[in-house]
Formats: sequence, structure tokens, C-alpha cells
Amino acid sequence: MIPALSSRPVPTFPSARDELACTHCGLPVPAAAREGAEPCFCCSACELAYGIIHGAGLGAYYERRDRVIGAAETAARATGKSYAEYDDAAFLTRYVTVSGPDRRIELFLEGIHCTACVWLVERLPRLLPGVRSASLELGRSALEVVFDAESVAPSAIARALDTLGYAPHPSAATQREGERRAERALWVRLGVAGALAGNVMLMALALYSGAAEDAPYAALFRWGSLLLTAPSVFFCGSVFLRGGWAALRTRVPHMDLPISIGILAGFAQSAYNTLFGRGDVYFDSLAVLIFLLLVGRWLQQRHHQRAQGALDLIAALSPATARLVEGEARRDVPASAVREGELVEVRVDERLPVDGIVVEGRSSIDAAWLTGESLPEDVKPGDRVYAGTSNREKTLLVRAESPVTGSRLARLLESVERAQARRAPIVRLADRVAGVFVVVVLALAAVTFGVWSFIDRARALDHAVALLVVTCPCALGMATPLAVSAALKRAARAGIFFKGGEFLEALARPGTIAFDKTGTLTEGRLALVSFEGDPSVKALVSAAESRSGHPIGRALVAAFGATPGLAVESVSEVPGLGLTARVSGHPVRVGSSEHVGGAGVRASFPWREALAHAAELGHPAVAVAVDGEVRAVAAFSDPLRTDTRASLDALRGAGYSVAVLSGDQSRVVDTVAERLGPLLEARGGMLPEQKQAWIERAGERGPIVMVGDGVNDAAAMAAADVAIAVHGGAEASLGASDVFMTAPGVGKVLEAVVGARRTLAVIRRGIVFSLAYNVLGVALCMGGWISPLFAALLMPLSSLTVVTQALRARTFDAPRRMP
Amino acid sequence: MTVLFIVLPLAVLLSLLAALAFVWATRCGQFDDLDTPAVRLLCDDLGERPRSPSQHPSRSPP
Repeated sequence: MIPALSSRPVPTFPSARDELACTHCGLPVPAAAREGAEPCFCCSACELAYGIIHGAGLGAYYERRDRVIGAAETAARATGKSYAEYDDAAFLTRYVTVSGPDRRIELFLEGIHCTACVWLVERLPRLLPGVRSASLELGRSALEVVFDAESVAPSAIARALDTLGYAPHPSAATQREGERRAERALWVRLGVAGALAGNVMLMALALYSGAAEDAPYAALFRWGSLLLTAPSVFFCGSVFLRGGWAALRTRVPHMDLPISIGILAGFAQSAYNTLFGRGDVYFDSLAVLIFLLLVGRWLQQRHHQRAQGALDLIAALSPATARLVEGEARRDVPASAVREGELVEVRVDERLPVDGIVVEGRSSIDAAWLTGESLPEDVKPGDRVYAGTSNREKTLLVRAESPVTGSRLARLLESVERAQARRAPIVRLADRVAGVFVVVVLALAAVTFGVWSFIDRARALDHAVALLVVTCPCALGMATPLAVSAALKRAARAGIFFKGGEFLEALARPGTIAFDKTGTLTEGRLALVSFEGDPSVKALVSAAESRSGHPIGRALVAAFGATPGLAVESVSEVPGLGLTARVSGHPVRVGSSEHVGGAGVRASFPWREALAHAAELGHPAVAVAVDGEVRAVAAFSDPLRTDTRASLDALRGAGYSVAVLSGDQSRVVDTVAERLGPLLEARGGMLPEQKQAWIERAGERGPIVMVGDGVNDAAAMAAADVAIAVHGGAEASLGASDVFMTAPGVGKVLEAVVGARRTLAVIRRGIVFSLAYNVLGVALCMGGWISPLFAALLMPLSSLTVVTQALRARTFDAPRRMP
Repeated sequence: MTVLFIVLPLAVLLSLLAALAFVWATRCGQFDDLDTPAVRLLCDDLGERPRSPSQHPSRSPP
């Protein structure tokens, strides 16, 4: 139901009448907690966060946030953890760097959305004395905190961020360092290439205009160009030369190969001609070519960085510490130190550190990310529980069955990594074209050389090289990166984030789309579907449930409305069974048959049959007893989103087949599947490992896309050609996803597919354009009519056309229509 | 026109200096994050003065 591992709020419930939103996080406020006027809060944690923000004079956050995102709908909620492990010596050496008296730590924050978040988080030094500075990188949701180790502990920083609703996770900065170096290296290449290209062009202008006709000046400009172009080719352009060499060695077609051939041939001949003072030089074309290609490469890389590093988040799911039980005493130890057979205590809202068997206590466990089961699962002594799931209601004592490394979570993470490593890279359209291109161009150059050897032996080599330079696929090399990066930008504006351009191409090929049911096709909450029995008890039920945070309680209050007139005298909830309350003097029981149907219960209708019927349909149901008499039965289900059917039909219309793989009970899945139209397959009760196997089998038949929202899908997602994570799921599923969507539902998936197809059409058009220019260039070269001036004009012209059409194409922001 | 033999290397030297400045800026991390600074600018000019906590007496922090 509510993703246990994420502090992202579920979308506000639209069907509830008279809904009050929490001033801090925007979640609905339980009926009983309403005090009338704003501010009002859904829980004490939000109230605390609000108090802290206002107390530090930062109340402007709320105005700001409401202005940026319209309504208070996306602030996050505190998890209330202690973060004691942040003060551990091992933690400090791993994540905290020391510089003089200052300490530095980088944290990934959940729930960063907009400018208001940047504003609030960067005022951390005002909330917490001892913090020197906090600077947030919006693109990666990474916060760098510099603090004074004497006056503030890392755990206090983590707690402060958590209270504000941004649950922190430590980031291993070493891996990021490598990426940053690569990024900066590309920047340097780009800048230097630009400076060199500008200067070489100026000199070329002098040569073309004839201002340097006299021998010494012509030689000066040619030698100057040579000196400036050499670093451009061998330093800035080395990325292409290396790529070309790799393509040659591994025999995998790649854009870099024709580029390298063009650059090297042009440079060699130009240098030779400069040395001996004869013939033409192409230095300006080469320098500009390298600069433009680097711009394309840079645009491409820029979009790859988003949402990376999220794999760290998955590892952060299993808690770092465990509370070991030693007789009466409790001792915090690192989770990795827990051995088989030892007892650990797990309090409410904590995650389990290890797999084990419950020894003491009854509670419910939210295992949504592992099993996909949307409702919390009730556990009692003797039941098996898994690491990473969270305890919902009462303290549990658990006997560890295996060390941390042997847990199901650890195995799942391993299989994600294995599946990702095994995944074949997607060969891009442009690279496939490049493979053919190289062969054709080399053949044409050979023909040109051969034919001109008979006509004019001295000019033969010149013409052949001119052909190689002119056909050097600048436009082709830019067409794809530009179209892709423009599309990615537009997609991001529409709330769809792609981790790389290749996924656009993969998504555009019709294949199989597998959905995880929970939260993708359905709303991810319970709603009342049937109510049998005496309608007069509705008001009593609603009053009794108004204080309950249980999904069923919320659904009942939403369906029956608030009942301010009734006095609720006492309420008690038994985990996994139901609720007992006294409303206006009437004892009210709502819950399972076990809870309601105690000794001496009377009934006015066949309620046990009604419960059994609901169970057959896969709907959770409760019975209601008032004054010791069973009066009604209410059944619930997770309703389909309104746009689900239409979007699925549109996808099928475009040639995709749709499958549903769910961890929910088979009966529930069957009921939902009936309303989805023709499906390839609809299966319930699937374990993460089974999903992965299914995806791998389907992947052998054709392209496969997996849409999921939890870590339970992570392995299957990693095995798919394209993995899509939808909003509302655990942030951790980002780690395994290639595409991330900020809005839930199938509608967004359809939008992504439509946009991807449009982008591919733009890419194809760009390739056709640049090939047309090359055909023209080849014709001129073979005829011997080309000159360096003409080559210098033709190249930017072709690039300009391609760039314009790539940037102007409407890919993600036009109305949905399947191209 | 012989002045070209002096001016041309001079011009190249100037652009070399510009390129070096660019490399230096890159090494300092000027181009590491291109998104947040634009957003931060929007934030800073809005009501920065602290509010008196008495406005929300019942919600003051513990």
C-alpha cells in the first residue's frame, strides 16, 4: 500500500470527501486529528517539522513551495529513525572526509523536488549550529554538508534532514570522483577545441580571401593552422580516434570509425601539403568538425548522469545496525555482526536487519518491496520474516536464520547486478548506419583514386582524400546526440526521465510490455466495493475508524464521510484482526470473522457467506458488529486507474503485447486482468526470481519492457531491455531503472512510447539529411570539382540543417498520437 | 604586412591564455553542476528576514 521504504507520499486520495491536507506533507489528515483551521497535521512528525521550520524563521518555505508546485502535494514525511549508525567509527572512516577542523559528508536525499527544497535544505546551518555549509546538487539529489566535528554529530545532521522530510542516505563519494574527473576532462577538451577551431578558422579566412597570396604569408598561415590543428586532432579528438580504434579491433560498427578515418586522412594530407608547400589544406574543416562533434558528445553525456548513483540507495535499504537481545539487555551492533541463531529486537517502523523467525510478538510487516503484496502481512511467533521489510505495529523479537550476507535482500541485490552485467548493450541506429557507411565511403574513395589515376595521376590522391574529408560524417555524428538530447529535455519537462538515449530507441521498437500490477495499473490504495447489511451502521463505523491509519479504516472513512456529531469514547486496535471502539455508547467491532464473531454473537444475515464470497473474488473484507450483533460486511479492492484501459488499448494498437506480472494473490490479479482487455499473460503470486526468469524468457523472443515500482521488481527490471520505474514506488527501484516517471499510471508509459517513436523518426530524418549532403559531396569529389573552401562550406551547412530539424521537432510535448 | 609575424603568435598566445583560464575554471568545479545555481538564484531574493517565533507559539520546536 504505502511504500514502506520511501518517504515519498502516495498521491492524495481524490475520492475522499471533505479532505483536509496536512500543512507540511499534503497527506490527508485523519478525521480525528482535525482541529478545524490551518495549520493541521497528519502526524506528530509533520507537526514537529513544521515547528522547526517556523522556529528558525524559515516559514517562507511553504509559500515558496506552494508557488512552485501549485499545491502542498509533494512534501515528504519524516521516517523518525535515530541514525545512530552515522556516529559509528566504521561509518565515519568510510563516508566522512576530514579537512582541518571541518568534516565533509555527501548524502543522497529522498524527496527532493523543487526550488523550495533547495532553499530549505541549504538553510541547514541555521537549523543546526555546527553545520558550516550545505549545498545541494538538484540533478542528483546529493547534498554536501561541511560541519564541525566538535559541535555536531553526523547522526544529528541526518536526524535534522529526516525531520524535514528528506531521508538521507550516505553516498560513497569515491565512485562519484571518477565520474566527475571524466566530466571535467570532456569540458576541457570541449573548451580547448572551441578555442583552437576559432583561431584556425580566422587563419583559413585569410587563406580563402586571398589576403595571404604572397608565399611567406601563405606559409605562415598554413604552418600556424597546422600547429593549432595538431592538438585539436590528437588531444581534443583523441576520444574519437580511440573509439574508432576500438571499433576496428572489436569489429563492432561505431560512429567513431568513419569519423576517425576522415580526420586522420584529412590531417595527414594537409600536413604533407603544408610541409612541401603544395596542394590544399583542410585544417579549418577538421578543427570545426572536432569541436562540433565534441559538443554532440557533451550533450549526450550530460543526460546520462541523471538518476545515477541510485544503486547506492538499494544497499541503504538494509539497516546498518541491529538491536541484539542479551537476556534483559539490548545492545546495538552492526548488522553484519549478527550471527545465525541470535535474537534481535525490531521496534515499530524499523526495518528488519536479517532474515529470521518471529519468536515473540504479533505485528504486521510491510513487505511490499519484496513480495509486491500491497497490504501489510500479519505475523505471529513462528512466522518467517525478511531483511529490509519494515515492522508496522508492535515490537518483535526475531531469531536470525542467516547472517546479513545470506539474506534474501542480499541475494536479490546480487541478481540485479548479475542481470545488469549480462545485459547486451543496445546498438544504436546511427552506429549501424556507420558500419555500412565506412564500407561504402572507402569503396568510393578507392574508385575515385582508381579512375583519377588514369585521368590525372597527380590529382588522384587529392581527390580521394577530399572525398574522405567531405564525407566525414559530422552531421551524422551530431544528428543522433542532438535529437536525443533535445528529446530527453522535452521528456524531462513532461516528467519522464531517461537514463540514456539508447533507451529511447529500444522503447520505440514494438515488443512486450510487462506491468507490475501494484501501483502501476491500479491506484495503490483500497476503496470500498461492496457493503452488505444494515446501512444505519455506516456512521458508527466511520466514527470508530476515524482515528485509524489502517488502509481499510481510511477506505471506510473515505466512503462514509466524516461524522463529527458522534462521540468516540475508546478505540483499540488488534494488529491483523480488527478494531474495537465505543461510539455514542454502542460497542462497535470492525474486523475479521475471528475478531467479530466471538462467543454469543448474533447475526441478522448470512455474514460468513458474504465474507467467503469476498475472499473468492480476492477482495479483503471486514465484518461489522454493533451491540454484539453482526450487522454488515464491507469488501474492498484496489481500483484501476481511470486511464489504464484506454492507454493499454493504444499500446496494443501500436503493436505491443501486454503482460501483467504481480506479486499479489492470483485471485486479485485475475479480477483485475478481466478489466484490462486481451493480455499476453496475467500471473499473480510471482516471486522476484520468477519475474526475472519470465522476463529473460520473453526477452529471447523480442524486445521487452518492464514497468515496475518496487525493489521486488528490481531483478526483473534489470533483465529487461528497458526498465521503467513509476512514481510512488521506492526510490530504490530507480537503481535498476532506465526510465523514471514522476507521475503514476499507464498514461505516462504510453506518453514515453509515443515520444520515443517520434524521436526515432527525427533521428532517421537527420540521418537521411546528412546522407543526402554526403551524396552531393561524393558526386562533387568524384567529378574533381571540390575545393577546401567548398568542403568548409558544405560541412557546417549540413550540420545546420540537421541541428535545426533535431531541435525543432516536437517529440514529447505534442498531443498523444501514435506515429 | 611583416607585422603579421609578430601579431599572429601574439593572438595565438592570447587565446592560449583564455583556454588556460577555462581549464582552471573547470578544475575549480565551475561546470560541475549546471542546474542548481540557476535555481538558487531564484531563492535568494525572496523574504530572507527571520520571522518572530511568537507568530506560532504553539508550534515552537522542542
